[in-house]
Amino acid sequence: MNRELKRVSIFSLLMFVALFVSTTVIQYFAADDLAADPRNARTLYASFSVERGPILVDGTPVAFSQPSDDDYKFLRVYPNGPLYAGITGYIPVNGEATGLESSLNEYLSGQDSSQFFDKINRLISGQDPMGASVDIAIDPVAQQAAWDALGDYQGAVVVTEPATGRILAMVTKPTFDPNSMVVHDGAAVEATYEGLLADPSEPLINRATGGDMNPPGSVFKLVVTAAALESGRYTPESTFPNPGTLTLPGTDSVVINSGGGTCGSGGATVTLADALRFSCNIPFAELGMELGDDAIREQAEKFGFNHAFEIPTMTEESVYPRGLDEPQTALSAFGQYTVRATPLQMAVVSATIANGGIVMNPNLVDQITAPDFTPLQEFEGSEFGRAISEDTAKTMTEMMVNGVETGAATNARIDGVSVAGKTGTAENGEDDPYTLWFTGFAPADNPQYAITVLVEDGGGLGQEGYGNLIAAPIAKQVLEAVLNK
Amino acid sequence: MSDFDGLIGQTPSAPTPTAQASSAQPPASTPPAGIRRIRMPQRLRNLEFWLLLMACLINAASIVLVQLGALGRVDTQLVLLGAGLSVLVFGLHIAMRFVARDADPFLLPIATVLNGLGIAMIYRIDIADGDSGWQSAAVRQIVWSAIAIICAIATILLIRNHRVLFRYTYVAGFVAIILLMLPLVPGLGQNRGGARVWIGIGDIATFQPGEIAKIALAVFFAGYLVRNRDSLSMVGKQFLGMRFPRARDLGPLLIVWALSMSVIVFQRDLGTALLYFGLFLVMLYVATSRLSWVVLGLSLFLAGALIASQTLDYVNNRFQNWLDPLSDARYNADPGGSYQLVQGLFGLANGGLIGTGWGQGSPELTPVPQSDYIIASLGEELGLAGLFAILALYVLLVARGFRIGFAGQDDFGKLLGVGLAFVIALQVFIVVGGVTRVIPLTGLTTPFLAAGGSSLVANWIIIALLLRLSDTVRNHPRLVIDG
Repeated sequence: MNRELKRVSIFSLLMFVALFVSTTVIQYFAADDLAADPRNARTLYASFSVERGPILVDGTPVAFSQPSDDDYKFLRVYPNGPLYAGITGYIPVNGEATGLESSLNEYLSGQDSSQFFDKINRLISGQDPMGASVDIAIDPVAQQAAWDALGDYQGAVVVTEPATGRILAMVTKPTFDPNSMVVHDGAAVEATYEGLLADPSEPLINRATGGDMNPPGSVFKLVVTAAALESGRYTPESTFPNPGTLTLPGTDSVVINSGGGTCGSGGATVTLADALRFSCNIPFAELGMELGDDAIREQAEKFGFNHAFEIPTMTEESVYPRGLDEPQTALSAFGQYTVRATPLQMAVVSATIANGGIVMNPNLVDQITAPDFTPLQEFEGSEFGRAISEDTAKTMTEMMVNGVETGAATNARIDGVSVAGKTGTAENGEDDPYTLWFTGFAPADNPQYAITVLVEDGGGLGQEGYGNLIAAPIAKQVLEAVLNK
Repeated sequence: MSDFDGLIGQTPSAPTPTAQASSAQPPASTPPAGIRRIRMPQRLRNLEFWLLLMACLINAASIVLVQLGALGRVDTQLVLLGAGLSVLVFGLHIAMRFVARDADPFLLPIATVLNGLGIAMIYRIDIADGDSGWQSAAVRQIVWSAIAIICAIATILLIRNHRVLFRYTYVAGFVAIILLMLPLVPGLGQNRGGARVWIGIGDIATFQPGEIAKIALAVFFAGYLVRNRDSLSMVGKQFLGMRFPRARDLGPLLIVWALSMSVIVFQRDLGTALLYFGLFLVMLYVATSRLSWVVLGLSLFLAGALIASQTLDYVNNRFQNWLDPLSDARYNADPGGSYQLVQGLFGLANGGLIGTGWGQGSPELTPVPQSDYIIASLGEELGLAGLFAILALYVLLVARGFRIGFAGQDDFGKLLGVGLAFVIALQVFIVVGGVTRVIPLTGLTTPFLAAGGSSLVANWIIIALLLRLSDTVRNHPRLVIDG
């Protein structure tokens, strides 16, 4: 019997060896892969167990963690929730984080590799682990002014600093209160989220950086003008035929200038400068067909179209399409057909003109600081590339100043300050409300602020609203606020 | 150590042929003239005392660490309840000083520390779930532990000689069948997690009779096999280089196989079926020395399991989850998906080598973290290091059980000891192997650790029986030396 016993003992031992091996495989060899699995909630929970770093505007938190008595240990609080919702995003107990809470999660939760030694240090000295704090570039005066000026309109306002690309204001409306998304009750978060998702005004979308993107309409004429001037074949004085209507070659489509009739004073020809100043469609359709879609696309891509900026939150790329035929190119030259742009992209176009032609990467973050006050990362502005020459930038600035002083963007005029600007009124569909735009910068001789305003849904006026009526005054109000502070 | 490590039947009280001769007389309470009885039993019990003290200290420390980790403060109420349990295990220890002085000194401390670690983890999950008072599974577990330890004390006091059980072989078999059938009685049986293995009235006093049945089955198998080993050992035809049993002796194997299959079909409990059948096969093999029984039995069981996996959804799901748990299709399947299995893997991975520490992980994210998945919960908070320690404790516990088999004098005692030790080993393998993907997951409790009264009572009675057997082994010099 003992021989059999011995075999049974060995068999039992082998069963345990199998368990020693299987636990080792799971807890050691496969542990990293399992931790990286997107379905693994423990990885998310781990980021709750530390005191998450605050997000600061001018030293004042717009997101911070306060101790709570439940399992999550800390409750995320957004003191001025809706105002900053599009920037901070939120980090829910279930589901995915958004905004800076998502893109800077590793820093905020103290998991970034640059915080490794700090973590060890705090472990040894018995302090609780803590995440890094993030100073963002937002100017609270600009942000509040943009929020107030946009009022109840559905749209977005973006203000940047031309020389650095720092984003000074980024407002999107309608929006939501991120505090409602961080309550420590998964079911409540789910219900809130479903409610926001079902809301027809789509409050979860950040209209400043993406969403259901709009055609830029006439503000895209800046890109086409830049392409023309950069080609060396055109100057502001170059002339184009000035008919009352233009039938696109090979089609029945008829292009008209806004308001109908010929452009400007009504001569047989019109200059490029006047076409931009009065924002006429027919001369730009003609110019677009002469330049061709490749030249326009090349210029658009130098400004950042077809590229997703990381601010460091990932934004959606604005689109200048490929493979356009001649009539489509004509329509794209005044920002229609399938051209799409975000307010952030148009802010980059204006800021580039203001900055002498160099595209600065737009960026929300100034500095990331460890809990022991050592800076982990500082952002001093990085170049995306040169889009236009300094001369072109200068020429275009003059043209845009004229547009505000005597052209189609007069509602953005500010006493004592020279403002450069361009309005846009884009068509969405035969009977759909227009999309209204303004993009520009001030002061024109020493640009401090570049601003882009987007108002969707025709500002509530359907096809009666236009850029100069609704978008330009919003830009004016914001610029006045920041210039007078 | 070697003093009490009398593996080859060199029992401490029988060092000389003189003593061996005296063993024919009623046992060694009266040592032969001229030889002072060596005070070995006292040394065994003293060793047990210190080990037991250590076990209780480990358990108290675990509970305090859970409180510090999960609550941030010390709550004396639960520590006091735990102290009550310590009094009971010391009660068992004192009882053994009178009625089982030569019993194995390791069994009780190991069972105590496993029981305590289980309570600490269950308590930790209570805190996460916000349960307290009688809602708290930990409080219930402590009460059940108390009942279980009292049962163990009663067992060791009542059964002064394990051979008594031999007389009740067929009664044990009958009791096992009744216990297994109970959950199928309408009004009494309850479904939980798909398996119909519970009895109870409403929500109170629920019980898994199958746990107790495994003891009755071990007693029955041991008694039956000792009585019938001669005929079962007869060989018939030779096939594939192996001598197979005669067809007319296949009856018992087929009956146990049918019993296991009916557990799979009617009670939807794969793990229990595997446990019973594995227990029977191993005891049959030890009793008859015929490997052919094992080959036959395993083929039968695998064939049955294969058919079940094709025809029964819940078995098929278990197989699919085992093969590919991380696929989205399996993970999202409901019911019968791999969600629980994968959550357990996430938990184990979160623990890593040294674990998150008591109260610092998130074991409550895994469904049933305090019963079927307690090993994953422990792996998360105590890490691979902690799991190795726990598995090592089981290895030691099982090894002490097998030791009784090696050193036992009578075949019934040997078989019973092996059966009881093996049933613990197999149960640990089935449940931990299921959680860690060695075999398909089946619902069984982890002995001593998992929440559940019936499991505690059964396993503590097993400890009591093993203690009784080990006492007999040492106390009575070997009479029969069996090949």
